[in-house]
Amino acid sequence: MPSLKDLKNRIASVKATQKITKAMKMVAAAKLRRAQEAAEAARPYSQRMSAVLANIAQAVGQDDSAPRLMTGTGKDQVHLLVVCTAERGLCGGFNSQIARLARDHTRKLLASGKTVKIICVGKKGFDILRREFAPLIIDRVDLREVKRVGFENADQIGRKVIGLFEKGEFDVCTLFYSEFKSVISQIPTALQLVPASAPAVVAETTGATAIYDYEPDAAAILGDLIPRNISVQIFRALLENVAGEMGAKMSAMDNATRNAGEMINKLTLSYNRQRQAQITKELIEIISGAEAL
Amino acid sequence: MVMADNFNFELVSPERLLVSGSVSEVVIPATEGEMTVMANHAPTMTTIKPGVVTVKFADGKKDRYVVFGGFADIIPTGCTLLAESAVHVDDIKSEDITRRIEAARKELEHAASDEHKFGIETYLAELTTLNGIVMPV
Repeated sequence: MPSLKDLKNRIASVKATQKITKAMKMVAAAKLRRAQEAAEAARPYSQRMSAVLANIAQAVGQDDSAPRLMTGTGKDQVHLLVVCTAERGLCGGFNSQIARLARDHTRKLLASGKTVKIICVGKKGFDILRREFAPLIIDRVDLREVKRVGFENADQIGRKVIGLFEKGEFDVCTLFYSEFKSVISQIPTALQLVPASAPAVVAETTGATAIYDYEPDAAAILGDLIPRNISVQIFRALLENVAGEMGAKMSAMDNATRNAGEMINKLTLSYNRQRQAQITKELIEIISGAEAL
Repeated sequence: MVMADNFNFELVSPERLLVSGSVSEVVIPATEGEMTVMANHAPTMTTIKPGVVTVKFADGKKDRYVVFGGFADIIPTGCTLLAESAVHVDDIKSEDITRRIEAARKELEHAASDEHKFGIETYLAELTTLNGIVMPV
């Protein structure tokens, strides 16, 4: 049985923890709002991009002039996985969910005799995947210093991926990130980057596929567009991740705050009980002392 | 005199939508030379080099933006410019361009193929020109 003083200290310390988690929750909520705004602001670009891409891919068709990033190498022996996670923990199962999806994918590929290479974006995913697949990790991108994820960060990763592809280092590239559905629900997602699948043509754009003039030619534009689209996809994934991380952190910290509250109630109850017991004990001592006289 | 028709113009960068509205005329720095887009332009798709986009709004106001590469999708009723990075001309800082020039120079040193090298050199020349336009000495 802990003494009264112990209990008092315990309550004080849980109260201090609760204060911290409450503050963290509020910080996460503020950051979540900002992240959501950023994700929303980035949406028009990626929408227009896929519309244009669909249009032009149709014009070029699947002939030989289509860039290799789109048609692929014709093999699927070497797989590159780009795993995007957060830089910090304390956000529930957010990081481990993405890592688990990537891990299952890796195991499946390895089991079927494929070669796997991994690029980790974010520290947490690296920490988890390192335990099992340390020799497969060829690179890691650190975004810890980055306050706000900009397109430049995504572009850097995109260039890295394209550089590796041009050197023939991989055949298929898949991006792992967490799709932000709502504050309480983030869905880990795998998205194939290379070979790029052209989005389905939306028929209502300008009534029909107008006959476009291409400057320079369609293939050259497509060659310019596909790498850019890869960067855009990565950028979108990073933004979704930030929003998801903050959402997960918010609910994790909300839980922690609530748990701390419950704990304080319980501790206070036993503190009071013990205090009462002590008073009763003292009273009995006095009374029995008086009776003995 | 017949007033020029207006059309919709959108300038989008990956980070956000910069301009969306009715305009009468847009000058864009296409890779194969500057072009002026007006209403009822033939459907065109073109890549864009680093340069200045001049937008003339329907109400006669004019605005200028610096863009760093991208491409434009032009249809008779509108024009969408997807810029890799776009900044209002008043907000552009000399360091931004200098930083890009330096990055391109560094890349040039490591470029493997001649084709790649040529691409970067062109980009570098365009950036230098842009620097001259935006930053009067």
